[in-house]
Order: sequence, then structure tokens, then C-alpha cells
Amino acid sequence: MIGLVIIGASYAGVQAALSARDSGYSEPITIVADEEWMPYQRPPLSKDFLIDLATEDSLVLRDKAFFANKGIDLVLGARATKIDRGSRKVVLDGHSEYVFDKLLIGTGSHARKLPVPGAELDGVRYLRTMKDAIDLKTSLREASEIVIIGGGFIGLEVAASASKLGKKVTVLESAGRLLERAVSPTVSEFLLNIHMQHGVDVQLGKTVVSIDGQGRRVASVNCKDGVNIHADLVLVGVGGLPNDQIAKNAGLNCQNGIVVDDHGRTSDPNIFAAGDCATHFNNFASEWLRLESVQNAQDQAKAAGVAIAGSTGPYASVPRFWSDQYDAKLQIVGLSRNFDDQAIRGSIEDGKFSVFYYKKSKLIAVDSVSRPGDQMAARRLIAGGISPKPDQIRDSSFDLKSLLKSAGSVGV
Amino acid sequence: MSKVKYVQQDGSACVLDLGSGVSVMLAAVRHGLPGIEGECGGCLDCATCHVYVDESQMGALPSPNDDELELLGTVAARRRPTSRLSCQLKPPFPTDMLTIYVPEAQS
Repeated sequence: MIGLVIIGASYAGVQAALSARDSGYSEPITIVADEEWMPYQRPPLSKDFLIDLATEDSLVLRDKAFFANKGIDLVLGARATKIDRGSRKVVLDGHSEYVFDKLLIGTGSHARKLPVPGAELDGVRYLRTMKDAIDLKTSLREASEIVIIGGGFIGLEVAASASKLGKKVTVLESAGRLLERAVSPTVSEFLLNIHMQHGVDVQLGKTVVSIDGQGRRVASVNCKDGVNIHADLVLVGVGGLPNDQIAKNAGLNCQNGIVVDDHGRTSDPNIFAAGDCATHFNNFASEWLRLESVQNAQDQAKAAGVAIAGSTGPYASVPRFWSDQYDAKLQIVGLSRNFDDQAIRGSIEDGKFSVFYYKKSKLIAVDSVSRPGDQMAARRLIAGGISPKPDQIRDSSFDLKSLLKSAGSVGV
Repeated sequence: MSKVKYVQQDGSACVLDLGSGVSVMLAAVRHGLPGIEGECGGCLDCATCHVYVDESQMGALPSPNDDELELLGTVAARRRPTSRLSCQLKPPFPTDMLTIYVPEAQS
């Protein structure tokens, strides 16, 4: 079949197919995916899914009617093993193959493995996919003492879910604060406090050196400083790595992910990549970034889909992230690292506040906790290059949206 | 009842039958209907599933909570008294068929 072939029924893969079709691409489109599930929503896997507020069915993102309506073939349970650029073929599981005119790689990322003795024991788990989530949910039911290695998004969200299930939860973070790569010390401290208030034992500066077992089962976790913590379930959340091996093997330029331009195009003009597996020069941040987020996957895939259809609409979004832990709704726009000034709006004590970050007096990022109105205004302010004065931020009677009106409304 | 009629800006309409627990937003996204994005998946983190509910049906729906009200203040299209976030509208609906109008923009 000649046309567009997409590897991965991920947010990126499905969005690229949809955007190509909606932009007028009229050739056949085929998505091949190694997973067996219909495309599903991933963010709830660490939250509602673990506490039985969501199911495999409720998480379906696109149904069969969608693919039929859009004329997109979805081939599930088929792993792409090789891209042959010479003959423009994608080889599946070593035998069947698809010929492509254009190809998009949306293979996502995988969990970084914990490189310590004992990490292969039963009861040491990771969370990325629906399969991982189903296994983790089953293990959680039977477990009583859970150790979470890594105080990042996945670790903290699972900690909150496990705590809601009444489990004894310990979080071990090697850095000096939580979510160090994503939020500022102010927000890290707030998150630390809410986890402690919910009975989660958060230990900072703890490097795990080994995991002990009883037979094949995990029994305890050992830290560098000699501390030993009992565990019948260990969840490792120490970051992700791009699924770019298939692209590397095909000779595509890869550097911490598949290198793409503003249109999602790789070093081969007929091959595109988007989402967690791709790395791009982010114009907002002025640096090369590989982002793991729904927003990045979808917006980058839109740019790629439009380009595949022969049109143009470059990727230029400001990065956005979100996380729900207990009643706290954390939303992030922009990248706050390297800020030199901050202003707080709302009340940290009440658990409803936003932190506005500045660099050389320019607004570069905003973290909001349960202040979605601030966050939506902040998205538009940053996208429009508008920097409110710190005093205006601190003055809760000042309407941030009025700055948008005076500058002419800017979309996000 | 759980039927929803989605009316687009150009007047074209599509009726979907919503399963239990499926919001007006999720049904639209699953089906690929244009004009409703639902970027955050329905956890009240964005405001990209804005719709206008048919005026005569508005009063029969449960009222929006504080988070929804706060986000309704930030929608991209014009906010009207009938504005709702469709991720918060779930069956059963107190009407034979809920009619919603898709706004001109979500972001």
C-alpha cells in the first residue's frame, strides 16, 4: 500500500493521521501499533485508573467509527521492526511489510530502567503503557508497603493514588527536592507538604543502591546511606528514554530522540517523527528539547500531519504540562528553569496559587496549583510575549486578562 | 436519555449516543467531530471543550462547579450564558436529546 504509514497509535500517531487527513491528504493512511488496545488516554493511568475511577473502556480516546470516518486503517498488535529507506518499506515483526510514500514515527518513550542489583525481582514495576497500568493496579491491590523510587510526575501521581487506597507509601528521591526538573523550589515544597499531610513518607537525597528479595519477590530497598526500607511493591519512575532504535537502525539522525525540524521532518524528507520519540529545536526555549507531554505530542504531530498533506503550519507552541495529586491540580506553562525572579498570586496556605517566573523581567513560565483561570490567562500572556509587572501578579484584584485585551487578544 | 446533537458553525449536525460515563467532550473526540478538542482529557485543566447548550435545555442541567466556572471565564470564543465545558456534561440528561452548539474556536 502506497501512502502514509504511521508507526504507533499514540497521541502523536493518531493526531498526525487526523491532521494529514483534515488538511487534504487523500492517499491511504495506515497506523501500525505494537499494542493491542484502541488508542487510549495515558495521563489517567497513574491516577483514576489505579483507584478504579477509570477503566480500559472509559480510557478509549478514538473509536472504530473515528477510523472508519476518516479513512484510516488501524493495525493493532503489529510491531514495526525495521524501516527500509531504500525500498520505502516498514517491516512488521520480521515478515509482513508496508510500502510507504510518507512515514511518521510516533513510537513514544520507555521507562529508564533502574541500574541496581535486584531491579529484576518480581514486584519491581514501571509505568508507561496500559499493560504496565493493569499489572500495577493488580499488584497494588495485594501490596501493603509500597516504595516509589523517583519523585517525578509518575512517582508522585502513583504515590497519591496508592495513598488514597490506604497503602503505606514511601517516596525516595535522589535530588534535594521533588520534581526538580519541572518546577521551582516553591512548588516542590508545596508538593512535599501535601504528600506528607496525606501520610506519604517522602525522603529526599536518597539514592537507591540495591533491592533485596525473598526468593524471587522484592522485600526491601537499600539506600546509599545505609537506610533499608521494607517493600512488597516497588514502582520505579526515574525518567523516560526515546523509542528511537528503529530510526537509528535506519540511519536517521538521532540525538536523544529522532531529530526533527519545525514540521516534524527527520533527516529524510519523507520521514517524520513526533512526540516523546522526537527531539526538536524549541523556538520558545531557544534550545533542543525532547518533551514528554500530551501537548507536545499533539501539537508536533499536527505540524507533521499538515506538512505531510503538503501544507505548512510549523510547531511553535509554548510547552505545557499538568499533574493531579490529591486535590491539587498542578498546571505548568513555559519552562521555569533559569528564572531570576518570581511573583506569587493567591495563597500557598490555601493550596490555591500561581507562581509567575521571570528572566530579565520577561515572563517565561507559570506554575498554577488549583488556579486554572490564572493558568489559562498565563498561556495567552506568554504566547503573546506579554509580561505583567510582579506587583500586578501579587495584586489579586488586578485582572490579568485586561492585559490581553489591551494588547489585542492572543490565542494559544 | 443519552443522545446528543452536535451542531457545527455551518449548521451541519451529528447525533451521537453516549455510553454511560462518557462525556459530551469524550464522545466528540472519540468520534472525531471537529471543533471540540478536550486537550486535558476532561480533568478541568484546559478550556478547549467549550460548547453552547441549547437555551431551552440549559436550566435542566446540573450547575457548573467552581473550577468549571473559573475556566469558562477563559474560553477562546465568546462566553455566553449557555456556555459549558462539555467534559462536565455526562448522561443521563434530563431531556430526550441534548442539543449543543460548537463554538467558532477553542484555542
